[in-house]
Amino acid sequence: MALRKLIVDGKEIEAEETITLLQACEQAGAEIPRFCFHERLSVAGNCRMCLVEWVGAPKPQASCALQVKDIFPNKDGTPAKINTASPYALKARQGVMEFLLINHPLDCPICDQGGECDLQDQAMGYGRAAFHRFNENKRAVEDKYMGPLVATIMTRCIACTRCVRFATEVAGVPDLGATGRGEDVEITSYLEKAFASELSGNVVDLCPVGALTSKPYAFNARPWELKKTESVDVMDAQGVNIRVDTRGPQVMRVLPRLNEDVNEEWISDKARHACDGLMRQRLDRPYVRVNGKLKPATWNEAFAVIAAKVRETTPAKMAAIVGDLAAAEEIKALKDLMGALRVTNLDCRQDGAKIAGGPRQTYLFNSTIAGVEAADAILLVGTNPRWDAPVLNARIRKTWLAGGVKVANLGPAVELTYPALQLGTDIAMLEQIADGSHDFAKVLGDAKRPMIVLGSGALTRSDGAAILKLAAKIASDTGMIGPAGSHADGGWNGFNILHTAASRVAALDLGFLPGVSSDGSGGRDVAGIVDGAQKGEIDFIYLLGADEFDVAHLGRAFVVYQGSHGDAGAHHADVILPGAAYTEKDGLYVNFEGRVQRGRRATFPPGEAKEDWAILRALSEALGVKLPYDDRAALLKALETDVTHFATLNDAPVHADTSAATWGGIGEAGPLDTAPVTAAITDYYLTNPIARASETMAKCSQELVHGATKMAAE
Amino acid sequence: MSLRRLAPPEIQPASFAFSAENAEWAQATIAKYPQGRQASAVISLLWRGQEQEGWVSHPMIESIARMLNMPFIRVLEVATFYTMFNLEPVGTYLVQVCTTTPCWLRGSDDVVAACKKHIHPHEKTVSEDGKFSWMEVECLGACVNAPMLQIGSDFYEDLDGPTTERMIEDLRAGKEIKPGPQNYGRVSSEPEGGALSLTDPSLYDGSVIGQYHEQVPQPANTDAEAKAPTQAASDREAPIQKPPGAAT
Repeated sequence: MALRKLIVDGKEIEAEETITLLQACEQAGAEIPRFCFHERLSVAGNCRMCLVEWVGAPKPQASCALQVKDIFPNKDGTPAKINTASPYALKARQGVMEFLLINHPLDCPICDQGGECDLQDQAMGYGRAAFHRFNENKRAVEDKYMGPLVATIMTRCIACTRCVRFATEVAGVPDLGATGRGEDVEITSYLEKAFASELSGNVVDLCPVGALTSKPYAFNARPWELKKTESVDVMDAQGVNIRVDTRGPQVMRVLPRLNEDVNEEWISDKARHACDGLMRQRLDRPYVRVNGKLKPATWNEAFAVIAAKVRETTPAKMAAIVGDLAAAEEIKALKDLMGALRVTNLDCRQDGAKIAGGPRQTYLFNSTIAGVEAADAILLVGTNPRWDAPVLNARIRKTWLAGGVKVANLGPAVELTYPALQLGTDIAMLEQIADGSHDFAKVLGDAKRPMIVLGSGALTRSDGAAILKLAAKIASDTGMIGPAGSHADGGWNGFNILHTAASRVAALDLGFLPGVSSDGSGGRDVAGIVDGAQKGEIDFIYLLGADEFDVAHLGRAFVVYQGSHGDAGAHHADVILPGAAYTEKDGLYVNFEGRVQRGRRATFPPGEAKEDWAILRALSEALGVKLPYDDRAALLKALETDVTHFATLNDAPVHADTSAATWGGIGEAGPLDTAPVTAAITDYYLTNPIARASETMAKCSQELVHGATKMAAE
Repeated sequence: MSLRRLAPPEIQPASFAFSAENAEWAQATIAKYPQGRQASAVISLLWRGQEQEGWVSHPMIESIARMLNMPFIRVLEVATFYTMFNLEPVGTYLVQVCTTTPCWLRGSDDVVAACKKHIHPHEKTVSEDGKFSWMEVECLGACVNAPMLQIGSDFYEDLDGPTTERMIEDLRAGKEIKPGPQNYGRVSSEPEGGALSLTDPSLYDGSVIGQYHEQVPQPANTDAEAKAPTQAASDREAPIQKPPGAAT
């Protein structure tokens, strides 16, 4: 990479030619104010706040729009001199600030951005002293409608166009634009329709002023009165990094946290706005069903009812199902408890995915999220990444923008925000790709780093195992299983499973799957448990936050529901044990890459609710099979002994296994079903109990999914 | 300038399509641009659409966006940016009156008054018979014949109130009017009363062609002189803060 010497504020630096002068100045330690410039968006150069002095140049230079390679040295060969803090540069910026403030309302006291506003902060540094020389009327702009999540107060807009560039470039939903010209520029969505992106909330973070603010959070809190807790999101399986802002017992909002490997700095609307669901429909005390009605009970009463029931039944008639939002701790505790009771009817695959555990690489997103940027051909099977993992979809779009990755989609035709070859919904197409007779097989074969992504829409089918087998064959045949190592070191593994449940990988890691009982018969999976319950062969079912399967048809089985929300599972439960939601407990989550991340407690569980592993530990004592850990540290130790990678936080596993045996052993050969491939998620905004309890998500669902089904299916 | 918005929905037409001839022209125009750069034709197409319909409507914007594979909002941005696109219906004759300083000094107020009297009291409003609408525009670049106005693609110059009124009435009556200066006698932009310079007939008979060879010698500017540093930019103005509350 070519370097160029510059003298920034008297300090000589060498900067890469490809970066902008603004970034070079920052590398030299200077602070450059800016409004329109953003590292992840294209350069607009229209706010002029980043002006610096290039000694000898006739005018101040907008450093964001000037590349280092355009800065030629002085005539005598000495490096160009850039001053970022000279009176000249300062005066230029003060002039810009004065212009910006001419039309900006003085409504900071009632503005939600107050306290975390770029304009407010920079006005402290570059505003002229306490006088003004503009006595005319300020411009006023009509507010625009941008959907249920983004509130607009457009008079505050300084027309930096960050939101327009985000919508067009990152979200890939070009709904926003700047109409008019000059003083009359207005940011608007086309005909004031809702901004139909799953990433729309990010424009609120991007807006440097208070023009776009969060609608659900409007007038709720000030940034300085919030406690900030760094955590991990569980709304999908990507494990995006979040910051949970709380005031007292309430989660006020969720913001993204920077993590280049996982989510850059974006989060989905569900991760951001489902948090109001944490205050609704909560289970805050134990309940026991008496004469068909749920009655409040104490913990000991509830435990006694469960213990009595367990004594009546036999391990073969008991079952346990792990839900989608569980952390590794409670999965481990539940597995140990069920193991102590010799129960083998265990499952974590509520959706019925045909993943059988086995070597870790057979059920992970092996390419890693950052690795997507290295891919040059992607085959999506039964997944709509826009809904399954919106932030991952933005990464695929970024890859397509940078180099035109070829994408093919086998499944319902959806607008993915990048061009994709729609292969239709006939799964037989996968056979054609596997035997090389389809055109896209050649594309995959020619690609240096091809990827296949299997989603729940494919794996939950009755022929899911056969699809896995075919996918593994495609992976081996087209060179997806490349050299060992991470993609940065030249390794490659293009075999990917895209999970949608945050708990799934941790549960698979811990082997929360049907086991083998002492008499040699295999345990039941979710379908088997439901079937058994209806036939009376299963009469005790423990649900750890499991709401996403056919809960209504559990026959006369005795159901214990442990979870945070009164959703489907709790409605059919005989005993309810109130647990903690993801913001109320310390927990380890494993995302679909196999990356172990720690979620932290931001608030305490409501009422008598407890952390989930502690409930299981207490129950184990009541059942007479006391679990061998008394605190979370001991549990973590047991977890790490059981599965060693839980000791390594924040790193994605490095692809090491290239043996044919691993990839040959995936799935089972079998006939393919003729049913069309369908989407796994039917309503993006309502996929889990927290989201279903959220008023904001209900509004989004109504407007963006049901109000305009065309938009999603187009 | 003022806010430019699409016309209200109740006056928007149900659909838009280019005429056969214009559609063919549009395809040829789009083909001028390299593959992947078809969106460059957006201004040409909007302009052609406006020539066909008189104004740019909501269906026209969407139709052109589909032709060019552009998001609707991008075409809306272009249509609202350029003031040459009329976003509301216009009369058969769109009278664009220049009111920029030179025309104003020469009496464009009278021209505007004539339009108000004979077309409609408000600009950008179609007259009762549907034949006319008028609007004020910025300089059309014919200051030497000020005041002037434009109808269709023709300039009508050297106007005054009565001339404008007569022109409008002639058009209304279906009579043709002659483009150019309207003050009888002037042909183009020569001085009133005839040309005062370049009157030598030899200029026009070809006899002086090639005679102007000799360059007037220029004093040589040395390189050192030209490149000598001038006052540093940062020295030019020192920022002086005024005390709080000082008069501006």
